[in-house]
Amino acid sequence: MANFDQELDASGLNCPLPILRAKKTLAGLGAGQVLHIIATDPGSVKDFEAFAKQTGNELLESREEGGKFHFLIKKA
Amino acid sequence: MEQKKLAIIATKGSLDWAYPPFILGSTAAALGYEVQIFFTFYGLQLLRKNLALEVTPLGNPGMPMPMAMDKWFPVLLTALPGMQAMMTMMMKKKMAAKGVASIEDLRSLCQEAEVKFIACQMTVDLFDLDTADFIDGIEYGGAATFFEFAGETDICLYI
Repeated sequence: MANFDQELDASGLNCPLPILRAKKTLAGLGAGQVLHIIATDPGSVKDFEAFAKQTGNELLESREEGGKFHFLIKKA
Repeated sequence: MEQKKLAIIATKGSLDWAYPPFILGSTAAALGYEVQIFFTFYGLQLLRKNLALEVTPLGNPGMPMPMAMDKWFPVLLTALPGMQAMMTMMMKKKMAAKGVASIEDLRSLCQEAEVKFIACQMTVDLFDLDTADFIDGIEYGGAATFFEFAGETDICLYI
């Protein structure tokens, strides 16, 4: 897994909480910084793609590991 | 890029139907939309400080019930006293177990994200509702107030 500046564990949370928490956490980061999000909601895979597309923040990585979903989002 | 806008009319006052306006409102705000929700008729129940929202199996053939009761339990018996309270309790328990946010939480998340809440003044008068029972930070207005914003939106939903 690439480097990141902050981590957000959204395990156990369901739609739309992972997105809302990510949005809030990203607000505290500077441009170019990377947020690592961990989620268990299977819907979050498509949702983070859509989130990145609509907010302009770049989704660097999206993968599943050990039943959890990991995302790396770079703040625009 | 100009900011997108979403308007929602929330008309229902049950626990299950309380979710769509707050989920969509908070998510749209997170995606950068400017959002307004207009609460009218039973939707005004969603603005109470102390929410007492319930869910009812009565007249709802689509509602999954424990022990597959939705398949065999006589519809008429879902009208028995206590059924609604029991189903509400079970629904809340299930939601908590599945990590679904409470309505209170989603509502505060909307307010934090500056989703504007407008309460229908006509309904408040009609049902003699006490505005002191409602949360802070809401505006009161009518249909014209709604259209002022709704006419400019990209998405407009009636729930």
